[in-house]
Amino acid sequence: MSDIVLEIKNLTRRFGAFTAVDALSLSVNAGEVFGLLGSNGAGKTTTIKMLTTLLPPSSGEARVAGFSITTQAVSVRRCIGYVPQAVSVDGSLTGYENLLIFAKLYDLPRREQQARIREALEFMGLTADGGRLVGQYSGGMVRRLEIAQSTLHRPRVLFLDEPTVGLDPIARDAVWKHLVDLRANYGTTLFFTTHYLEEAKSHCERIAIMHLGKVAALGTCQELEASLGSGGHTLSEVFVHYAGSALDSGGNFRDVSAERATAQRLG
Amino acid sequence: MTATFIHPLARFVEKTFVITEFELRKLRHDFTELITRALQPALWLLIFGQVFSRSGMMHTGNIPYLDFIAPGILAQSVLFVAIFYGINVIWERDLGIVRKFLASPTPRTALVLGKGFSAGIRSLSQTAIVYGLSLLLGVKLNWSPLALVNVLVIVVLAATLFSTFSLIIACIVKTRERFMGVGQVLTMPLFFASNAIYPTDIMPGWLKVISHLNPLTYVVDALRTFMLADSTSTFGLGLDYAVILVTTIILVLIGARLYPHLAT
Repeated sequence: MSDIVLEIKNLTRRFGAFTAVDALSLSVNAGEVFGLLGSNGAGKTTTIKMLTTLLPPSSGEARVAGFSITTQAVSVRRCIGYVPQAVSVDGSLTGYENLLIFAKLYDLPRREQQARIREALEFMGLTADGGRLVGQYSGGMVRRLEIAQSTLHRPRVLFLDEPTVGLDPIARDAVWKHLVDLRANYGTTLFFTTHYLEEAKSHCERIAIMHLGKVAALGTCQELEASLGSGGHTLSEVFVHYAGSALDSGGNFRDVSAERATAQRLG
Repeated sequence: MTATFIHPLARFVEKTFVITEFELRKLRHDFTELITRALQPALWLLIFGQVFSRSGMMHTGNIPYLDFIAPGILAQSVLFVAIFYGINVIWERDLGIVRKFLASPTPRTALVLGKGFSAGIRSLSQTAIVYGLSLLLGVKLNWSPLALVNVLVIVVLAATLFSTFSLIIACIVKTRERFMGVGQVLTMPLFFASNAIYPTDIMPGWLKVISHLNPLTYVVDALRTFMLADSTSTFGLGLDYAVILVTTIILVLIGARLYPHLAT
């Protein structure tokens, strides 16, 4: 059995009377591509915020690479990378500068910084554009730069919150090609949320479907499809079965407007 | 994963300067900001200063009124630019930049102080402008290197202080609309309840009390002492520096506690 790199036990987050994440428990193996699915407001982003130490849990615990997110937050931060849903590179700096600042913040040895940045730009197909201002990049290039930035320090786990939202199919494929290469070369565990079921199906080893803050279903894509009984069910049927019809949920105003703003900036 | 273990204090200083460096790199790509910063002090000195100077209504002792307000206008222009600094913080929050920084192992105090310092260094351009205008208007300036260094240090500290105050407001109100409202409401009282354009002696008692609680008053007093050829400090330079430094440290510590709330 492979090593467990992410272990979540009864993780709960309440906002007043509302429980966004409700006693979530699951574990992710090292090197696994794990997809967290669910409709808007299901608790996906809140889960990622807790795992990346941005939001303290109300109760429960999680360990990332062996470190507790509540008592060893700084150690957790050293071994994770995080690509938020919204644009997280600075448009008023060049691609190279965006990488350099993170190389410095993550304490990459000075003599390795330049080589690491060059490698990251090359890996993400951005070598020719490193000296350009990020404000002039296309949406797909921005996402690739964000992934390069979040993986410069070779994190054990990379958290991605809807990494392909707002991208056209070609840019989406390019992002995934780089993510797959990243895992193949560095063994990075990928933990991501998405709305695109076909993306989850083609890239994830396992999928968790969240509904109202809980894991409604967990398994490989085949297992989930088989869980509805015989008859060749598709992943989208599985999604509707476990996550309910999308009409009754939908997230709050801020979630939806943030997502649309991101799509607009990248598109 | 790469980690080097260095002393926490050295780490804090290093990361503070990394944040400052990158804020300043943005200027290299777009320096129009430095030019727009010149406009406000020019208007105040050339129009307000000249008119009031002619009126002879202000009694500023043995110092001509224009000389008296030149350091006040420098302090004011530093305040006015720094107080809206929080709008950048809100912009970075609406994007994912704040979250990405907070998910990195960078100390929170370094994130806050680094941004504050960058606002401080940007304000140096206003110092150059106010000196240039003062020279044109015949203000008697103190050109001793020691005095000049002190002016630069005070300007950087003052901008750090007020931009960190602005960051705190941004962390509390979180939206641009509310921030603009609060920013407007705060700047004028801070400015008028200070010794920037009139001496505190002529203020009514209640205003004098407020002005003595206002850090801008101490910034102006220190600037006036160092900038002008023959001016003495009202409160003593030791007290001026102490108030500015202690207030900045307290604000940075509060800012570092509140900044992570922007990501939640």
